[in-house]
Amino acid sequence: MGARLAVETSVARLVGRLSRAAGRGGGTTLPGKLVWKLDRSALDALASKLPDGVALVSATNGKTTTTAMANAILSPKRRLAWNHSGANLASGVTSTLLAAHDAELGLLEVDEFALPEIMRRTRPKIVSLGNLFRDQLDRYGELEHVAERWREAVAALDPDATIVANADDALVASIAEGRRSVLRFGLDDPDHARAGLQHASDSKYCVRCGHPYAYDAVYVGHLGAYRCPHCGHARPPLDVAAREIAPEALDGIGFSLETPAGSARVRLQVPGLYNVYNALAAASVALALDLELDEVVAGLERFRAAFGRFERFAVGDRSVLLLLIKNPAGGNEVLRTLEDGGVPSTLVVALNDRIADGRDVSWIWDVDFEPLLGRVERILASGERAAELALRFTYAGFPRERTELQPDLERALDRGLELTPPDGELVVLPTYTAMLALRAIATRRGLTRPYWEGERVA
Amino acid sequence: MKIRVGHLYPEYLNIYADRGNIAVFDRRARARGHDLDVQAVTVGIALEPGAHDLLYIGGGQDREQAMIAPDLAARGEAIRGAIEGGAALLAVCGGYQLLGRGYRGRDGSWMPGASLFPHETIAGESRMIGDVLLQSALPEEPAQTIAGFENHAGRTVLDADAAPLGRVVSGYGNDGASGYEGCRVGRALGTYLHGPLLPRNPWLADLLLSWALAHATGSEPAPLEPLPDELEHEAHAVSAARARARGGRAA
Repeated sequence: MGARLAVETSVARLVGRLSRAAGRGGGTTLPGKLVWKLDRSALDALASKLPDGVALVSATNGKTTTTAMANAILSPKRRLAWNHSGANLASGVTSTLLAAHDAELGLLEVDEFALPEIMRRTRPKIVSLGNLFRDQLDRYGELEHVAERWREAVAALDPDATIVANADDALVASIAEGRRSVLRFGLDDPDHARAGLQHASDSKYCVRCGHPYAYDAVYVGHLGAYRCPHCGHARPPLDVAAREIAPEALDGIGFSLETPAGSARVRLQVPGLYNVYNALAAASVALALDLELDEVVAGLERFRAAFGRFERFAVGDRSVLLLLIKNPAGGNEVLRTLEDGGVPSTLVVALNDRIADGRDVSWIWDVDFEPLLGRVERILASGERAAELALRFTYAGFPRERTELQPDLERALDRGLELTPPDGELVVLPTYTAMLALRAIATRRGLTRPYWEGERVA
Repeated sequence: MKIRVGHLYPEYLNIYADRGNIAVFDRRARARGHDLDVQAVTVGIALEPGAHDLLYIGGGQDREQAMIAPDLAARGEAIRGAIEGGAALLAVCGGYQLLGRGYRGRDGSWMPGASLFPHETIAGESRMIGDVLLQSALPEEPAQTIAGFENHAGRTVLDADAAPLGRVVSGYGNDGASGYEGCRVGRALGTYLHGPLLPRNPWLADLLLSWALAHATGSEPAPLEPLPDELEHEAHAVSAARARARGGRAA
């Protein structure tokens, strides 16, 4: 380490400790922000110190969970620098590497927009590209533009680096075309395909000729087994596949994991087809790092839930289940999982519109709440844009008198618990900053641990 | 009464929750005892003269918009004919651009539009993104305000004698310079504002429905009976406050 980096590093670590001591949240990104401001090339130097290099995980949906799953697999074998609290911009990545004194491998979740620069600076050995869905158009812009930036970054990458790519996402799979080392993952169980493309699906036109794809199976959003009837472009063969999928309501989901290293049965302790995709991406990353199949299976089965994505905490004789929603595709999968796993009588939905949530709240109209509305008794619309949310339900035909407007999150939580029968579970669907606020409320009441104390899977 | 709606290219142009606008038309028509019959008008489906009381066109990503632009431009006469015949129309974002004379790309390329609205759009260097508040420029409802969200790189320049939808209170508007937003021709309204537009501006939905009913019945537009719109007004107030606090400024 150069003298300058050494000084920056020690100052930054001190800032992190001071930030935590002052009670200002986790101090997760403050040290990184400082170093990032002083000297961007510090990230290059920090990454190059890791003896086993860096693996990056990006996607619109599932990057936090995929990375947490990869951690569950890898942590018994390697000392990791893992940004487990979701600080996934350059400053957060820098903070994580600063704090990881003796790490061997960087396991880093990266924001879609930040990925090109972080790829350039950390020179990863593995990059996992999970999916691209429309998300926060006010911040990220259009999907094609994000894909174009990824394409350029991948083209500039060391040719020996491995790309883990979702074969079921035509746009993402096309980015990996022509690379020397690629692991393509996807689902292969038409029994669990959806009836068709969801409303407002993305990337449904052929990446080569623009003709609409025909789908042999659609699993999540536009992800599935596609082929172009016009030019013949089709989903590439799968290297890592999930077959014989067996959902278990809200408790978990099982599948056969088929890989170049062999096949094995896996039972995840989190539900939903989207988590099977996350597991395939995590398994592919681990296999690319030469882990054994049984280590992969053990890690996936150990995994419980990532930060705010599927978190339960007990409140007296009731429980609260937090399910993050942040864009139409992710929201739809959460709702479908609820529909399959049991719809609660009371639902709290919390919509904030800060930068991390997306200032443009129009996406809630593209989430398919409709099937749920016929089965839920009462909805508490909460968050800073609660009224907009209540309108979403009203214009979907949900009776106005069964929607309660409660912008204050803590009051909405208490009211929801009041309406939940003893031994029952209150389901809360928050956007990102609403999730952070709800976790803070739970922490204050002693219901869950603060995230900077570690979510590392036992 | 049945209100016949033609939804243009719904599978291509749906980027900003356009189905929210359709849901608002539907619920508010039904609350007054009318039925909304929504038909997709897309590639390969003709726009029959007089077949629709209300046309709707939303926005898409650049790639999707480029896919349908030639098909839409070829419908220019049919769309202008429908509006001259008294049908109502709402165009949002990309649909609003494509119904002008054309779009000038950064590379100088020219994509012709359907020439309903007297404007041209020029690709800009930066996107104009944020909450917007307008003061209505519609003589029918001069006291109303319109709240929404804009996200566009195109600068739309109205002809000197064109009628805008509103005057920009906060935000960028058509081109970030003129101080105006949207355009109106007869019973056709075009705007960059989504959010979606209609749930938080219900009077605008009712105005368009009253025009569509006038077309359907062959009579003069009559105001619709009011609905309890407390939630809509609350959502409008929050959106308007956002625009005042952090909307882009017309430069």
